Amino acid sequence: MNGRTKTKLTGWTFVGISTFMISIFYFYPMIQAFILSLQSGAGTNLSFVGFDNYKRALTDPTFIAAFKNTFIFLIIQVPIMILLGLFLSVLLNDSMLKFRSFFRIAIFLPCVTSLVAYSVIFKDLFAVDGIINKLLLQLSIVTEGINWLTDPFWAKVAIIIAITWRWTGYNMIFYLSGLQNIDHSIYEAAKMDGASSFQQFFKITIPMLKPIILFTSITSTIGTLQIFDEVMNITKGGPGNATTSISQYIYNISFKYTPDFGYAATVSYFVVVIIVLLAALQFKLAGDKK
Amino acid sequence: MKNIKRISTYLFLTCAAIISIFPFFWMIISATNKSVDVSKGRLLPGSHLIENFKSLIETVDIVTALTNSAIISVTTTVLSLIIASLAGYGFEIYRSKAKDIVFNILLISMMIPFAALMVPLYRMFGSLSQIAPFIGMDTFAAVMLPTLTTAFLIFFFRQNTKMFSRELIEAGRIDGLSEIGIFIRIYMPTMKTAYAAAAIITFMNSWNNYLWPLVVLQSPEKQTIPLLISNLGSGYAPDFGVIMLTIVIATLPTALIFFLMQKHFVAGMMGSVK
Repeated sequence: MNGRTKTKLTGWTFVGISTFMISIFYFYPMIQAFILSLQSGAGTNLSFVGFDNYKRALTDPTFIAAFKNTFIFLIIQVPIMILLGLFLSVLLNDSMLKFRSFFRIAIFLPCVTSLVAYSVIFKDLFAVDGIINKLLLQLSIVTEGINWLTDPFWAKVAIIIAITWRWTGYNMIFYLSGLQNIDHSIYEAAKMDGASSFQQFFKITIPMLKPIILFTSITSTIGTLQIFDEVMNITKGGPGNATTSISQYIYNISFKYTPDFGYAATVSYFVVVIIVLLAALQFKLAGDKK
Repeated sequence: MKNIKRISTYLFLTCAAIISIFPFFWMIISATNKSVDVSKGRLLPGSHLIENFKSLIETVDIVTALTNSAIISVTTTVLSLIIASLAGYGFEIYRSKAKDIVFNILLISMMIPFAALMVPLYRMFGSLSQIAPFIGMDTFAAVMLPTLTTAFLIFFFRQNTKMFSRELIEAGRIDGLSEIGIFIRIYMPTMKTAYAAAAIITFMNSWNNYLWPLVVLQSPEKQTIPLLISNLGSGYAPDFGVIMLTIVIATLPTALIFFLMQKHFVAGMMGSVK
């Protein structure tokens, strides 16, 4: 064996385990999922039905509800969180600010909690006689307690508030590190030209942070589309199916109801397609403005 | 005008900080209160901490859950780091066209949602139960195997390897070290900070993982901390004081890691975005 072939082989041994593991635990299951999605039946009694499952999904009210819910979470929560994170990072980037590291640590702190743990905490905070309602009543913002977990509208709001609490600080850290790379003289020049803070934010900060905003919006989109832990532990998907997410519906079809793995795989393929489409769209949007 | 702006900045940041910290404050306070007082929304520390602790030990198998979570998270972290750093190093140092293609294909796996893998993986481990029960359903191996290798971590190590000096490799070769020897004796010690960051993020993910263990683990004596908390939270007569104490204990390891290793923690969270 000559030296070059040997180096080549060594290289492949280094990357071999990973390539094998990802093929076995990601790509092979994806192929399996596709084959499964063409089958139907209870448990292990499966037979091929072609694309019937896909047709079934399009008229399945629970799937449509889960799809809508997940998108409501996505469309409302991700922009609020990104704007809030950006805004906080701009405030915290001011070197004259006192208690800067205290604020930064405090706002980042929710990231140390597990999704299940914070969900259980929020479930209690949002209870009818819970602390949030008490506070709202005391401040006379509402005249009677909000049914956070039993009203279809407020249950969604509760989930959105919870996710925003958990992830804003996480995104903020990305923006903060991005802001540190922006040359301060750009802001000085803008100030000289009489640009307001508002203009500076939209004309300098946002364009300069575009790659990071893109990155965080893709990761947040993928994350929110897969939301499971929160709905499972705060509302259990209820009331009715008012907060059921797609991931939770897949879980229910597979493990809660009489298992229909074929249909579960079909629903999961919808998620895959949506993620790919949205990621492509976000890349395109970011690219067009360049 | 300038003063108004300053005051509103502090006001806004203070509100954000209070909202961020309040659930922590509340969970710690509640751990010291009776269940009745917790549901009444008592905001003062109580004297029930010891009672809560006693009934936690008596009614909830938290020691087993902590042990299970620790075994799974530590093993996952060690193995993940070895596997991913070998690959990150390999893809960068022994770069070739073919390997770049493989690398890009591996990256696609980051887009695959776990919900899509869950059912096929469940069936896969179900059939493994018959031929190799030690890695089949309801085993720690089944919990760990699908999470051991992530494209994200490989990408992370590859990015970090870009800053690793090639001269060190040449020096190692001249000293007669084997290729794997160079990796173990030179690369691993010089990349300590990258390993620390990667370890934190991997440990956190594993410690907090919920959906897959929920699917794969069935026996109560194998349950992990998130499963335990979830069960407690959805019980019919939940004891809120005990639940909050459990959550405090479960959050301690990750909170400690954060406060002791803030820099690495943030670096791990941010991955390779630089």
